Amino acid sequence: MDHSVLAAAREEAHATPLDTLDMSDPKRFAAGTALPFFERLRKEAPVHYQPNGLYGPYWSITKYKDIMATDTNHKVFSSAHGITLVEPRSEELKAPMFIAMDPPKHDDQRKAVSGIVAPNNLANMENLIRSRTIQVIEQLPVGVPFDWVEKVSVNLTTQMLATLFDFPFEDRHLLPHWSDTATTVGMTEAEMDAREAELQNMLKYFVRLWNERVNAPPKTDLISMLAHNPATRNMPPREYMGNLILLIVGGNDTTRNSMTGGLKFLNEFPGEYDKLRSNPSLIPNMVSEIIRYQTPLAYMRRTALEDFELHDKTIRKGEKLAMWYVSGNRDSDSIPDADRFMIDRKNVRSHLSFGFGIHRCVGNRLAELQLKILWEELLKRYPRIDVLAEPTRVPSSFVNGYLSMKVQIPA
Amino acid sequence: MPKVNFISFAGKTYTADVAEGTTVMRAAVDNGVPGIDGDCGGQCACATCHVFIEPEWQSKTGARTEPESAMLEFADGTKPNSRLGCQIEVTKALDGLTVRMPEGQH
Repeated sequence: MDHSVLAAAREEAHATPLDTLDMSDPKRFAAGTALPFFERLRKEAPVHYQPNGLYGPYWSITKYKDIMATDTNHKVFSSAHGITLVEPRSEELKAPMFIAMDPPKHDDQRKAVSGIVAPNNLANMENLIRSRTIQVIEQLPVGVPFDWVEKVSVNLTTQMLATLFDFPFEDRHLLPHWSDTATTVGMTEAEMDAREAELQNMLKYFVRLWNERVNAPPKTDLISMLAHNPATRNMPPREYMGNLILLIVGGNDTTRNSMTGGLKFLNEFPGEYDKLRSNPSLIPNMVSEIIRYQTPLAYMRRTALEDFELHDKTIRKGEKLAMWYVSGNRDSDSIPDADRFMIDRKNVRSHLSFGFGIHRCVGNRLAELQLKILWEELLKRYPRIDVLAEPTRVPSSFVNGYLSMKVQIPA
Repeated sequence: MPKVNFISFAGKTYTADVAEGTTVMRAAVDNGVPGIDGDCGGQCACATCHVFIEPEWQSKTGARTEPESAMLEFADGTKPNSRLGCQIEVTKALDGLTVRMPEGQH
């Protein structure tokens, strides 16, 4: 990022009265200037209440240790009222998903799908992921600019997702389309109606796949697993929709944006890119550092089930809070020199990006595997890939990611 | 110093000499024993230090705590002798403790 833009953002962050700071507003994420504002919150108001947030009143938790304590206290801080600050338009339009449930229902539904990313299954998938990765990157144009997000990040994560669902491969472009549909916020009534209609199309498509599989012998794809597990086989349609959104967004947006972020960071820290070229065995460590530095989901929301004292503040029963992973991951009190991207960082796996506690990302090992393979294969073919311009960013305070990033492989 | 033995999924044994009061997770991580990650740093919040306690040691390592059981619910291949290494402190009484590793931490 242009240093003058960041310097201006830092100045603005310190000039903005604390009581008007609203990090749920996507504008600073769209501009790529959110971090200096979190820096100020961590220093001056680590437990910060905003009564006039864009999506209603909420608390911001911004320090690593406070986020860890909140995330692991699921008895006080419930997920069952939603995991984003945005409220559903109505009760009927809610789409329940297991990440937004508390035990015991959460536990049963999560277990219905977690086997797909079990260690032996991951080992089975490795060859397929590698051959597809090679195919995609060998077709990249050399000596001309292209969009990394489209040609690499979206392409690879879409193929992966199609495999996990055993989704008709020729229709796989629908998956990122539905992912984007589900995560788009800040719309007019008409746009929200159109969004709802598109999610109904998604549901219709997936109901067809469900019906094919529910009467067939169980297989190891996510839909068959849901259709055959006692905890999920009688889900009402909206709950099927909710869990689909969870699996599509969780398996798509996050890894996609880490695939883009990684290349961006290596360009911003050329010394680290040199380190990588001279020592490719750093890749697994680098993958965790990329996921920390990107933090593809900026926060998770919780709702207090009882009054709770945190430092000198009282979070009241029923109030919402955002655990800003994107801020905790830059908290130098817990992660030394946190604003530096260091591919050989010690204790690199302690980052918050996957969350901690019972809602910890179920697909974390698969995400790491995809990123590891991508960088192993890229490095063998292209020792350098140049980022040509600042990427355009997703206008969301939840999905911390990129719409496009122009790059070029030197001829 | 008490010894802790780690048997990898492939059957290889690693032995660590550790100070009393060290957790089984720390014993592995600080001595470069592969197969235990300890992502959360010992907060009982990630289940990446999942181990199986050898039967003869089970009575000495005690029972799981409630948060530990909650996290083990989501680990892969959890068995009755599953524990999280971060929740077991090595004492003199545990000198020679032997634990087995799962296929992968999840």
